[in-house]
Amino acid sequence: MKLLLKGGRLLDPVSNRDEVVDIQITDGRIDRIAASVSAPQGYKQVDLKGKIVAPGLIDIHVHLREPGFEHKETIETGCASAAAGGFTAVCCMPNTNPAIDDESVARYVHAKGKSVCDGIVDVYPIGAATKGRKGTELSPMAELAQAGAVGFSDDGAPIASAEIMRRALEYSSMYGVPVIQHAEEPTLTQGGCMNEGTTATRLGMPGIPPIAEELMVARDIILLRYTPAARYHVAHISTKGALDTVRAAKAEGLNVTCEVAPHHFALSEEAVAGFDTSTKMNPPLRTRMDILALKAGLKDGTIDVIATDHAPHTIDEKEVEYTQAPFGIVGLETCVGLCLSELIGNGVLTLMQMIDKLSTKPRAILSLPAILMKEGEPANITIIDPGLEWVVDKEAFKSKSKNTPFHGVRLKGKAIGIINNGKSTIG
Amino acid sequence: MKLKSRHLLGLDGVSKEELTLILDTAASFREILDRPIKKVPPLQGKTVVNLFFESSTRTRISFELAERRLSADVVNFASSGSSVSKGETLKDTARNIEAMKIDMVVIRHSAPGSAHFLTRVLDANIINAGDGWHEHPTQGLLDMYTLREKFGTLEGLRVCIVGDITHSRVARSNIFGLITMGAHVSICGPTTLIPRDMEHLGVKVYHRLEDVIPEVDAFNVLRIQLERQASGLFPSLREYHRFFGLTKEKVAAARKPITIMHPGPINRDVELSADLADGEHSVILQQVTNGVAIRMAVLYLLGTTN
Repeated sequence: MKLLLKGGRLLDPVSNRDEVVDIQITDGRIDRIAASVSAPQGYKQVDLKGKIVAPGLIDIHVHLREPGFEHKETIETGCASAAAGGFTAVCCMPNTNPAIDDESVARYVHAKGKSVCDGIVDVYPIGAATKGRKGTELSPMAELAQAGAVGFSDDGAPIASAEIMRRALEYSSMYGVPVIQHAEEPTLTQGGCMNEGTTATRLGMPGIPPIAEELMVARDIILLRYTPAARYHVAHISTKGALDTVRAAKAEGLNVTCEVAPHHFALSEEAVAGFDTSTKMNPPLRTRMDILALKAGLKDGTIDVIATDHAPHTIDEKEVEYTQAPFGIVGLETCVGLCLSELIGNGVLTLMQMIDKLSTKPRAILSLPAILMKEGEPANITIIDPGLEWVVDKEAFKSKSKNTPFHGVRLKGKAIGIINNGKSTIG
Repeated sequence: MKLKSRHLLGLDGVSKEELTLILDTAASFREILDRPIKKVPPLQGKTVVNLFFESSTRTRISFELAERRLSADVVNFASSGSSVSKGETLKDTARNIEAMKIDMVVIRHSAPGSAHFLTRVLDANIINAGDGWHEHPTQGLLDMYTLREKFGTLEGLRVCIVGDITHSRVARSNIFGLITMGAHVSICGPTTLIPRDMEHLGVKVYHRLEDVIPEVDAFNVLRIQLERQASGLFPSLREYHRFFGLTKEKVAAARKPITIMHPGPINRDVELSADLADGEHSVILQQVTNGVAIRMAVLYLLGTTN
């Protein structure tokens, strides 16, 4: 691979560099970064005028469904979807069958990631926090970490027992690996399928109260204060109250981080009104007030990461009564467009901050090596066209599943290519 | 004038003009019900299927009567003994039935939005006969019809819905329809059976019958279900009856007689005392009669305009 990226705007949160440069890449390594590089013979030149050249994006909250649910997604189709969405790496949640609660499964997932899509997308497994994700016994965290697990979570389900959560925080702290909590107090959410509030009341739908999330985050913060060496990460934070609790805990100096999913800042609970099951996810779409709070949290840095909670389900699984439908929507291929459309140009985030929350910060939280946009370093790059207007077409998704509430929505901005592991989808 | 939609999924968002059209159309059908020969031809050649995934006696019979009196061909489907018990999805069940060339579908189902769901997978006209806790539009309409018959107008009328609001599709359809027609709607029930943000729907919320009795022209009393006690939402039927059951003694505090409605079936002497249910101000049986006229109106308006 011999590439010359001409005239792109390099945005690198690690070095805080923001300038228009040419980048010469040879066999997966950055040879030169300079204001003007003329290509030696045999280099493919790609004109990136007006485009952004960023360190490769990572989505730290993805359900790849393999092993066990290959009818929804496979590691191959999930990686293809990630590449199409501009991600050079994904972290996959352990709610597979078998769950990633054993080093053999972790190794399988990691290795499979290298063997699909030319290995252009790095797949980092997240290990289960408890055996079988049952919430009763700790998973073999040390073995999982050794096999490549970058976090521990029972995502899809909360770690409900305070005792088990305490032990998970204590034990994981030995290896510096964060516990990622799906924050939900389950006794408050039985049967719930959308945010409890005005819209659920109007629709006669069983509610998921925001306090279910807030209570669990508050409890976990208290546990974290008691086990301060641990690292705690809140997955898909969705309510103002939970965010306020995280903000206070950060101010206190606790090791807490959190992520938001694009659908939680792009859509409110009113989107459920037509009973379209592609608006059903957990946590559910919340209120406009929560959206304002999430945007404020992104801006002030309380929210560290944007992650999609990419959750593929087949048409047959989703095309049922709302209350019967599984939770979750696909997100890899709409993430960058939603971030650029919802957060940029309206004072929420700068482009640099957006890249930070999609690349630099999440890698740091999971102790993955930083991507260095320097000569001599491996080229791990995402190229974004911030001005490209496009209409989301679920039929064009690389993902095996099409469950998105954004079909037909016009977005501004799209990832147009990635470079990683000596492979490229551009030029 | 026509209805805007070719389905009746709920009363939320249905305009005053459309509601009035349905009520006025029902009035002309109501007159037919008193004739010796009660059958008219407008739906001749149309086939209506009553898809009932939940047990129901009066709503199903009421729809069936309405369909037959409009000369439609009627097919009944109940979930027990059908393929639903073999694990067939709602979509497959409905599409299979539609493949038998059905024009209209009346659906009763425990899931909110199930009628909306059918509009996405079928071409037939869909009528919601109750979807979970969401809406039961023909019940709302027949309640409104009965009130209009009694009071002459719904404008300014003070109606209180008493009981388990959270789990009540009857409450929601009444609230949406009555508010659109200019009535003042209140609800009264235990805090645990009233969903959050109910005030945002435009109703006044009470938790003591004594407070609301001096303020209303009519009560619509909802059936209390014992299973709500098991799930911890109220302590006992005895306590419920004592504090939220309507009795002659309690309504005696009103300045003028209060009209009593109930969507049925009644738990006598639990939510409503027998003497009130059978008393001179009860319109419970008129509701049932009017229900046939309302359903004829809805079937007629939807079945003859496209």
